[in-house]
Amino acid sequence: MSDVALTKKDFTSDQEVRWCPGCGDYSILSTMQAFLPELGIARENIVFISGIGCSSRFPYYLETFGMHSIHGRAPTIASGLAISRPDLTVFVITGDGDALSIGGNHLIHSLRRNVELKILLFNNRIYGLTKGQYSPTSEQGKITKSTPLGSLDTPFNPVSLAIGAEATFVARTVDSDRKHLTEVLRAAAAHKGSALIEIFQNCPIFNDGAFDIVKDGDTKGAALLQMVHGQAIKSETHGLVHDGASLKVVELSTVSESDLVIHDAHNEDPSYAFALSRLSASELDHVPVGIFRDISRPGYGELVNNQVAEIISKQGAGDLTALLNGGDTWEVE
Amino acid sequence: MPLPLVKGGQSEQDKGVTKPVLSLDQVTIRFAGDSGDGMQLTGDRFTMDTASLGNDLSTLPNYPAEIRAPQGTILGVSSFQLHFADHHVQTPGDAPDVLVAMNPAALKANIKDLARGATIIVDKDEFTTRNLSKVGYETNPLEDGSLESYKVHGVALTSLTVAALASLALSRKDAERSKNMFALGLLTWMYHRPTESTENFLKTKFAKKPEILEANLLAYRTGWNYGETTEDFSVSYEIAKAKMPAGKYKNISGNSAMAYGLIAAAERSGLKLFLGSYPITPASDILHELSKHKKFGVITFQAEDEIAAIGSALGASYGGALGITTTSGPGVALKSEMIGLAVMLELPLIIIDVQRGGPSTGLPTKTEQADLLQAMFGRNGESPVAVIAPSHASDCFAIALEAARIATTYRVPVFILSDGYIANGSEPWKIPSVDSLPDLHVDFAQSQEDFLPYLRDPKTLARPWAIPGTKGIEHRIGGLEKADKTGEISYEPANHDFMVRTRAAKVAGIDVPDLEVEDPSGEATVLVLGWGSTYGPISAAMESLRANGENVAQAHLRYLNPFPKNLGEVLKKYPKVIVPEMNLGQLALLLRAQFLKDVISFNQVRGLPFTTAELMEATMKVIHV
Repeated sequence: MSDVALTKKDFTSDQEVRWCPGCGDYSILSTMQAFLPELGIARENIVFISGIGCSSRFPYYLETFGMHSIHGRAPTIASGLAISRPDLTVFVITGDGDALSIGGNHLIHSLRRNVELKILLFNNRIYGLTKGQYSPTSEQGKITKSTPLGSLDTPFNPVSLAIGAEATFVARTVDSDRKHLTEVLRAAAAHKGSALIEIFQNCPIFNDGAFDIVKDGDTKGAALLQMVHGQAIKSETHGLVHDGASLKVVELSTVSESDLVIHDAHNEDPSYAFALSRLSASELDHVPVGIFRDISRPGYGELVNNQVAEIISKQGAGDLTALLNGGDTWEVE
Repeated sequence: MPLPLVKGGQSEQDKGVTKPVLSLDQVTIRFAGDSGDGMQLTGDRFTMDTASLGNDLSTLPNYPAEIRAPQGTILGVSSFQLHFADHHVQTPGDAPDVLVAMNPAALKANIKDLARGATIIVDKDEFTTRNLSKVGYETNPLEDGSLESYKVHGVALTSLTVAALASLALSRKDAERSKNMFALGLLTWMYHRPTESTENFLKTKFAKKPEILEANLLAYRTGWNYGETTEDFSVSYEIAKAKMPAGKYKNISGNSAMAYGLIAAAERSGLKLFLGSYPITPASDILHELSKHKKFGVITFQAEDEIAAIGSALGASYGGALGITTTSGPGVALKSEMIGLAVMLELPLIIIDVQRGGPSTGLPTKTEQADLLQAMFGRNGESPVAVIAPSHASDCFAIALEAARIATTYRVPVFILSDGYIANGSEPWKIPSVDSLPDLHVDFAQSQEDFLPYLRDPKTLARPWAIPGTKGIEHRIGGLEKADKTGEISYEPANHDFMVRTRAAKVAGIDVPDLEVEDPSGEATVLVLGWGSTYGPISAAMESLRANGENVAQAHLRYLNPFPKNLGEVLKKYPKVIVPEMNLGQLALLLRAQFLKDVISFNQVRGLPFTTAELMEATMKVIHV
């Protein structure tokens, strides 16, 4: 802990930010820089590790430790660091291509292990750095440079994927909503183990307006289903009700407040959070935002280090001479 | 439960053997059977008993990649060869003096390796018409005279074992499973090995399965008694202790020695050992061994794939741990990009490649040295790394410490090129005292103003090891080209040229000892230059050639990148340089490129180490052109 409270400026590096004008990344960076002082963690104990892609330039702009690594592999480097250095707070910055295409394997395994990583997935539904090919979250039929006749792949829903991968904390927010993003970051920071945050992020060059429906003043009130633990899940016009084993979005005018689903982020049963995640796919007419799932499970690094501590407390610390001289030995005179 | 002492059991064994005893100076035995017959265990036990008797030895396990290949087929034969002697042993032996064949497939697969006059012990119960025809024997070789030039002992191993265990409540199938212990008991009698250690081993292994323990002990003792009492075996043999430097010894495989060396490196450097690994033959035993030693603070992380394995090791290294990854050739291929990142980040990292036959999946359980060029060049861009190779099984201990020295001093990835032969083979190892091990103390960057993450030590050209958690030196690194000193992103042409040359100079400048040449007569004109696991076979061949009056020099490279500084002179001094390699000439290519020396390659890629005879012949051809 620092002696003096840190400010946003203390977390801003001297590097010139080089994203395109209007990029959603600016707002996420600014929100992060403003949020970090709140953690009360010294700058030297915070590490940002990223992969490759526009979003992965993020660590250069923060006055903390940082590594801009290679495509898709940030969770692996971050895992080794977080496990071996439990005193550090480790963030992973990634994008939809980095996390879900080339790095898909590492993302799911980090989540199932529950490594102490806060993973921010900037989802702009496009490959920006390589100048505009479709990504694993692009809607089917997307016309891009590499798919002039429309993309054929069924997209990933990052939240569904994370829940399926046994994630203990999964949230979704929007780049331009600083207040909401900050709330989600705060909850993720307080969470033990892996936290995955999907951030809808606008790419003004290659996929501009992809998230307008959840950003424009005219439409967002209806589109954003706010999930707050202990409160009814609803937008300004719609609410969520049970529909057999599933969930259904209905107009508020057609139901009474008491029929609405009360959000339980701590529900151990992943099928609840999964059902929430299925309410929005490529089309964004009703998008749950907030924390889908926040359950308690020991962090992987904690388990690893406890196992070491436990064996040492039982058997004492290892003695190299004893190790080398153990087993079947014999003396030569 | 008290164990029944069979007639002629332990108490009588102690009184000694009553048949004539012949003295031998060395023996090579090969145990061969189905991959489910327990031949590796049998060989291991015989090795341990031989080691504790004070013979020098070398072993060669050889098994199929399939866990249980079809029973009774050539494909499924697993073998374990052991060479032991009253003098220094360099190799597992060319031709076995004794073959133990548990079935016709084992006989057929191995007979071609035997010299005439060798002893063959077979389980004659297994020589049924069905088993014979399975491997293409039209007549029974035990009866058709085809084995006339060998000393054949047809022993009813299976039925004798089953009969000996009749009093136990075991199925016939379970009883038969102890027949390897019968064979081990018989060989133990033949070569006067002590029985205590194997009995203790069985007692520990089967502590929770008393009936299996009893079966194994009974079979073991029955095998011993069979040798002692039947007329089939009229003599037994003893091999005197080898003269070895005084000290405490243990028998050790290359993979175990590697694991111990890594733990020692962590202890001597004060760093936390972090192994990121994905299981792969023949490297997995290093992961297994290290995972047993968590009380040293060792962290073993079985990652989701080869990339995550090295990524986690690099992440741990970034945090100030001794980051290590273990793999084999196919795994190295997957790790290439991360090795490149480590080159760019200039962080310490140890990559252990236990080489196997390639390309692709290749020969997972067989040995080869064909990853040298992959280690040297298998990445995009100019991406220099240090490459070193252990010469024999117990040398893996020292090489691990050496890798840690280079990695931490120069902040550079270091490849260790071991291979399946020395990884699984074992030999006696004089246990070093911990005080005699090198001091690997490491200094991290301290808190300071205006920290420059790429400011180099003028002597080593290493940049600071600046780990998170150190106040005031927060900085960002990555795979993009770095500006000199500041480490900021730089696309400047001159800077890139400078940085590429500097990274190369750093690796080229790694301090490595001079190459020593063994040239006892001083008159040799032919130098045999090897690297890695060929050391034993080459040394044995050179010894034999010199004993035959030939002048020949030998040198062995432990440092492949950078090469020892005097290598050029050594190559110049000898008109003819033979380079034996278990590849198609990879070291030769490097030597020709760097020194313009027209070396003579001698290559084999049969998945097996060179034999002494092959190397002698190849060298003789060059000496006497």
